[in-house]
Formats: sequence, C-alpha cells, structure tokens
Amino acid sequence: MDYLLTDEQKMVKELARKIADEKIRPVAAKHDQSEEYPWDVIKVIADAGLFGLFIPEEYGGMGVNVLGLCIATEELSKACGGIAVCYAASALGTFPIVLFGNDEQKKKYLPDLASGKKVAAFAVTEPEAGSDASAIKTTARKEGDYYVLNGLKHFITNGGDAETYVVIAMTDKKKGARGASAFIVEKGTPGFTFGKKEEKFGIRASSTRELIFTDCKIPKENLLYKEGTGFIVTMKTFDMSRPGVAAQALGIAQGALDLCVRYAKERHQFNKSISSFQGIQWMIADMATEVEAARGLIYSTARMVDAGCKGVSKPSAMAKMYASDVAMKVSIDALQIYGGYGYMRDYPIEKYVRDAKITQIYEGTNQIQRNIIALETIKETLKS
Amino acid sequence: MNIIVCIKQVPETTEVRINPETNTLIREGVKSIINPFDMYAIEEAIRLKEKHGGKVTVITMGPPQADIALREAISLGADEAVLLCDRAFAGSDTWATSYTLSGGIKKLGEFDVILCGKQASDGDTAQVGPGIATHLDIPQVTYVKKIEEVKDNIMKVERMMEEGFEIIETPTPCLLTVVKEINEPRLPSLRGMMKSKSASIKILTQKELNLDEQSIGLCGSPTQVVKIFTPAQRKGGEILQGEVPEVSKKLVELIKNEVT
Repeated sequence: MDYLLTDEQKMVKELARKIADEKIRPVAAKHDQSEEYPWDVIKVIADAGLFGLFIPEEYGGMGVNVLGLCIATEELSKACGGIAVCYAASALGTFPIVLFGNDEQKKKYLPDLASGKKVAAFAVTEPEAGSDASAIKTTARKEGDYYVLNGLKHFITNGGDAETYVVIAMTDKKKGARGASAFIVEKGTPGFTFGKKEEKFGIRASSTRELIFTDCKIPKENLLYKEGTGFIVTMKTFDMSRPGVAAQALGIAQGALDLCVRYAKERHQFNKSISSFQGIQWMIADMATEVEAARGLIYSTARMVDAGCKGVSKPSAMAKMYASDVAMKVSIDALQIYGGYGYMRDYPIEKYVRDAKITQIYEGTNQIQRNIIALETIKETLKS
Repeated sequence: MNIIVCIKQVPETTEVRINPETNTLIREGVKSIINPFDMYAIEEAIRLKEKHGGKVTVITMGPPQADIALREAISLGADEAVLLCDRAFAGSDTWATSYTLSGGIKKLGEFDVILCGKQASDGDTAQVGPGIATHLDIPQVTYVKKIEEVKDNIMKVERMMEEGFEIIETPTPCLLTVVKEINEPRLPSLRGMMKSKSASIKILTQKELNLDEQSIGLCGSPTQVVKIFTPAQRKGGEILQGEVPEVSKKLVELIKNEVT
C-alpha cells in the first residue's frame, strides 16, 4: 500500500519503526511486568526528535504535523502500546499550549516539550467527572496575581512523571461548562502533589496517577487563553489528539496482526502450516481489511486537521472509535490464532489484547464518540 | 578536532553467497548497510566532536550507490561526506583500497584522528585501517575499546587484547580501529535525516586524486583470489579402545598410513 506520504513523513515512519524494533520491542514485556516508566526509551524518542513533530519550528519543534505524529505513534504502538502512550500523552498535554498558548507561554514551555527534555500531561478527568466533563469539581479561585487551585484529578496518564500539566478547573461554578478554565501547572509547585500510581490491566509501561491540588498557587500568567474557555480548549485539544489515540489503536492492531500471521505460518497442525487453512486465512483477510480501513480513516482525518479544515470533530471521533474497536477485535482474533499459546504470558499476543482495551475507553469512551458522530451527522444532514 | 571516519558499504547478511566463477561476492538482491563495526567508529567520532568540538568527515571508496551509506552517516551526526568513486578503483584489494583512501584523506587536508571499524563484516580482513596508516605514515592503534584522554596532540587509548587490555599513548595525527565494546551507536535523529537528504556529497575521482595508476584498482592489487570455498565439515574423530600396548601399536600404524 502506498499512503502518499511526504518525504518527511516517510522519514518519521522509518525512524519510529527503527526505535520500535531496536529499542522498544526488546523491553516491552519487562515494562509490562514491572510497570516501570520507560525513561530510557523516552530519551531515545526525545533524541530522535519525535516529541517535537507537531510543534512549530520557531518553538524548537519539527513543524511536521499531526499526520506525522499519528505515523510515529502507530509505529511505536506496534511494538508496545504502553510505551507509545507515554509519548502520545505528552502530545495530548502539549496540544493546548500549541493551540491556545500566548507567545510567552509558548516560548516558556514548548522548547523543552519539543526536545523531550520534559514530558507533558493533560488533566480533565475527576472521580465524578468522566464522560460528563462538565461535572468537574476542581476549582481555581483568583487571588491577586495568582489562581489558587483546589481539587482532585484522577486517571491522569503521565501523572507524576510529567513536568508540565494542563489542568482544567472551574473559575466560575455558576456558569457551568462556561465557567471552566485551563491552566498550565508545573510539577513541584507547592500544593501540587500526586496520589497513588494505578495498577492497570494494560498499557502498564505508562503511569497513571491522581493529581491533588491543595491551595496550589499558580501565577495568573499560567491561565491558557481566557477564563471560561476551559471546555473549548478541551474539545479542540481532543479534536487534534483523537487521531493520535486512533493511531495508537491502529499500531496495536497492526502489531497483533503481524505477530499472528507469522505465528500462523510457523505453526503446524495436521502436517500443515495453519496459515494454509481457509478458516485462518479468512480471519487474516478480515483483520487486514479492517486495519487498512482504520488507517485510511485516520490518515484522511489527520490530513484534514493539518490542512486546517473545519468540522474535524466528527471524523476525529470516527477515527478514534473505529480504530479502537478494530484494535480490540483484531487483537482478540490474533490471540485466537495463537490458540492456547496465545493465552500464556510467555507469548507476546495477550498483551496486545490488554493494551487495546483502553483505546475504547480513554479520550472519550466510544459511546461518547458515537454521541458526537450522531449529533454531527444529524446536524449536517438537516443543514443540507 | 578534525576527525575522519572511513566506512564501507557491505551486504546486510552474514550468509553472503559467492560467485564461483569470479570468486567475488554476489551483491544483487541483498540490501546494503554500513559495515556494523564502522557504526562504532562513526559514534565514537561524533562523541569526540561533542566533547572537543570540531568536524567529522566520513569517507568511503565505492560505486555511486555508496552515497546512501554516507548519507546515513550524516543523519547520525557527521558533518561532511566524501565518496571516492571511479571505474579505475574497481577491483581493489585491501592494499589498493587503503592506498586510494589514504590519497583521498591527503586531499582533505589536516586531521587529528582517523577512525575505522576493526574490520568489515564481508571480507573480515581487518587490513584496510592499518594499511591507511601505513600509506600515510602515521601511528596506528588497532582494536581500541576506549579513548581515555585527548590532550595536547596525544591520545591515550585502551586496546583490547584476548585477555585484558593495553593502555597506549600515541601522538596525533593517528589512526584507530575500534571494537564494538567502545560504545553503543545512537539512532539517527529526524533533524539529521532531513539534513542528510539534502546534504551534498563530495565526489573525488582519479582525475582529482591523481594517484599512481599502477597502485589502484585491479592492477594495483597484489592479492589474487585463487579459490573461495566453504570448508568441508570435519568428520568426527576415531576413538581407539583397548589395552595400552595394543592401542599404541594401532595408533602408530594409523599415523604411518596417514603420512604415506
């Protein structure tokens, strides 16, 4: 398949694949078992310059684009969905600053995030506010030249390991969704601590922690954009980042497919390679087609985002929902082809099932994605 | 520091096939890579530059497609690349190759150190590095596993031996061949890859180098490859059993038969 990539995008693909094969694949099982944050690999990705892909060159980035980010995430995820999400989640935490930061904020934060010297995280979710993001309770009270943050964020990817956080908090509770604002908070700020590290089913190389704010004073310059735009920041960020989550799912699906095809070729039963059986071949055909369909959707969405097209919410949601459903189905079928061996932790395939599951849940559950897709579709149809 | 790295493009496989008629490697259909040992030389050169400043120039002798190997070296951090490319260089053995490379290096001007991999993964001779040093009449240290110190035109290095290592001080300019224990080569960076794509590769031909015609290419190569073959597998030995006097007699007989 030729995906009509530019030379730059082809280089990103080649480089990310090299990192995945040489630096990630050999350590994926180790990090999955130990749940240890993969700093060594993060450094390799940083030295390669992949953290700055979508960050403008004037702020130390490569100025490639969102499709470049998707390609890198896809390649890294083929080897390990957990390590890849440490990378992708930093992009998620960086997008709000790229999209809504003023020049000073960009100058202050983007160069270190582009070089990978620092890792970022995005904090919206709270114990009582998951799919219903408008239910967040964390508050930011203005006091002179400061905002004082109080509250709890949880399930925050890269939480504790990231240095730079974008946090959504209520500046005016009475206004509901229009009373939320986005803030940049640095690790080490007094009153900003971390809760326990979650033990997870999959993506275990990545860290997930609670963020606790107790009278945490941050300078008023750290407000992103304007007061009351927290949800706009969140939604626009997700429009940009969802193709990336989709790409993570795509990488997991492709990685699982690659593994099971090789296994099917090697595994002999009834004196034949099981890849010669039609039952297996039809499974492989379906898996390959679905993976390709997901890729097509993701790449075209990323291209729309990069071209600055309006109305990317729907394709972004479609790409995220479809690719993650494909990742779940393909990884389960790949395990089926491995048979009993696939169920054993000595074999790499069960990890793909565990890593795939989260992609249906985070950055908006697939049910929320369907809400977005349905509402947009109804709106568009009635307009036309 | 002015650092020169000599590299070679080799087929990416340890199971090279040989054309039985010409006794040369069959390169068709095999992907070419930078000789793995040369990757350590490139990495060490970049580390020297990062520590002491200066410039890294990679040089190779080969066909036009060796350009790919040079660009890869640039993507890793080399500053300049030179390709010695001429039909007149074709068929060179290690002697002619090292003579030609030394001619190319002379053309580049002053340098502090030349780094080479200890040997190439295809020919496995380990002769070209020492040959270059000989042609340039500079000191050489082979099998270097660590560069300890660079100071006042002196390099202090550790040279790997079968058991233990030697510490050697050598004046610069000098030539070092390095072993894989010296470092862990980095991956390229995206910025490096972009730079390498547009980098200009300096090509030097026999016209520019003006080397002795009798010392280059096939006619400058004293090595004659008579035959290349895979050694026949050794058969298992024979064990003689029984009383010592009896067995000794048998053994003497066997040896006699073997000799005659």
